Amino acid sequence: MISKSKRLISELTGVFLAAVLFGIPFYFVINNASKNAQEASLMNIKAPAEFLLFNNISEVLATNKGIVITAFKNSFLITIFSIMVLILSCSMAGFVSQRRTDKATPVINFMILAGLIIPPAIVPTIWLLMSLNIFKTMFSMVMIEAALTMSFSTLLYKGFTATIPRQIDEAAIVDGAGPLRLFFQIIFPLLKPTTATVIVLSSVNIFNDFVNPLYFFPGGKNATVQLTLYNFMSKYHSSWHLLFTDVLIISIPPLILFIFFNRKIIAGMSAGAIKG
Amino acid sequence: MAKKQNHHYSYLFLLPAGLIFFIFFLLPALSSFFFSLTRWNLTDWTFIGLENFQMFFKEDSLSIGFKNTFIYAFLTCGLKVVFGLALAVYLCSPIRTRNFMRAIVFFPNLISTIAVGITFNSLMHPTRGIINTFINTLGLNGPDWLGNVKIALLSIIAVDVWKGVGVATVIFIAGIMSIPEQYYEALQIDGGGSMDRFLHITLPLSRPAINSVIILALIGGLRTFDLVWSMTRGGPGFTTDLLSSIIYKQYSSGFFGLSTAGNVILFIMVSAIAFPVYKFLNSKEVDL
Repeated sequence: MISKSKRLISELTGVFLAAVLFGIPFYFVINNASKNAQEASLMNIKAPAEFLLFNNISEVLATNKGIVITAFKNSFLITIFSIMVLILSCSMAGFVSQRRTDKATPVINFMILAGLIIPPAIVPTIWLLMSLNIFKTMFSMVMIEAALTMSFSTLLYKGFTATIPRQIDEAAIVDGAGPLRLFFQIIFPLLKPTTATVIVLSSVNIFNDFVNPLYFFPGGKNATVQLTLYNFMSKYHSSWHLLFTDVLIISIPPLILFIFFNRKIIAGMSAGAIKG
Repeated sequence: MAKKQNHHYSYLFLLPAGLIFFIFFLLPALSSFFFSLTRWNLTDWTFIGLENFQMFFKEDSLSIGFKNTFIYAFLTCGLKVVFGLALAVYLCSPIRTRNFMRAIVFFPNLISTIAVGITFNSLMHPTRGIINTFINTLGLNGPDWLGNVKIALLSIIAVDVWKGVGVATVIFIAGIMSIPEQYYEALQIDGGGSMDRFLHITLPLSRPAINSVIILALIGGLRTFDLVWSMTRGGPGFTTDLLSSIIYKQYSSGFFGLSTAGNVILFIMVSAIAFPVYKFLNSKEVDL
């Protein structure tokens, strides 16, 4: 259809544009994370006079009594626990809300939609956490991240449950499986693809979250990785080299996830978003 | 039989999700309607009626957030649809670097918004930034992207599109891939060109994907906070303040009632736009 040379030109243009638009910012971060303070403040793309990436990393990690390391620990824990809560509660909710249709169905659907659309009310949430005496705790942070990601995950599970034939349920029921066994032994293992999607998408989102930790997890010891970035930005405004080093090291976990689950992310995104 | 089956799909299964959702999301959201009518220091409140809302719309520094949020949401949404669709059509054509390019376009989504904001802050530096250095070599004078009151908001919008277009592209790609090949074959037999392919097949049949992108981008745009905060903190002046950044500013100055009123305005605004758009788009979906 299209001549070969035309196709080649369009391909080269595409690669060139991608390199400029997406490659340069990425290169810029790595490059400046490898410079000394003076060079980095020039903000250019010249190669560093001396390659200092590893020095900068150890300097960032040592800053403020290792706050970045604490932050990594906090962010990992919040992410892991929220995902465990999400997988367990949303798979159950998605399954039952797909299988049952009765008067409550519109209410459940509306709640899911409301969870997707409505912005969280911030100060009232803080007030509630304070009244429950759990403000600034890991537990409240996990619950909030789970509550805010819940609608999307439930929707994914609900969509996927629809593809599991009801005959499977019936067979299990005939064989005498109760509700709990039916779900945990028969259905839950079949939901694996969605579970993988939830793990990948939510962990990137929760790990990268800035807004919720900013409001609900303040205080020196409670830092998360995104907050350390924010503190570097405010406190060390001239230390661009450390800022970019921090940008680089906190971007590594999502990148690793991406390298392993590239296809999964894209498949999961599209399945969830289109059926939703 | 139906009853017996329902017994196996017990509503108790909804309890864990329902409880967490109710306590940590719904309850605060509903109580925000009350607290927005008060002067509030988190322990005591005085009921002051609609005073917070009056203040919000009377003070220019507050009401500008309302206007900016509109501009921000609709521009980012429109641009993401246009660029996302163009990229998706390109990335669904038979090119060799397809998978690599798809990965590259999606990649900014994995980087945190704060990190993206910081990076572009530097790239957009008025004198030293790479963008203006490049413009200068062309013999032109680059603007102060984030310091000029007229274009600061647009600069942030551009970065948002840069970061978010990958999600739109992926959704469009999935939509386009689900269009059966026969439609294109039929068109080819009828002698249609590539423009016909796009206008008469790709565009109408990726309708569900377009709807998803519009909804996601609109909701995301209306609620954005971190990008604006990391790039300009609402400045210069208040020209890039969005409702979300005003909510944060009022919160950190201790005006909890006012901050909650901002939240309620955002709540109403997002609902008033998103629910009808959602209904409208879903009623017009074409089945394949």
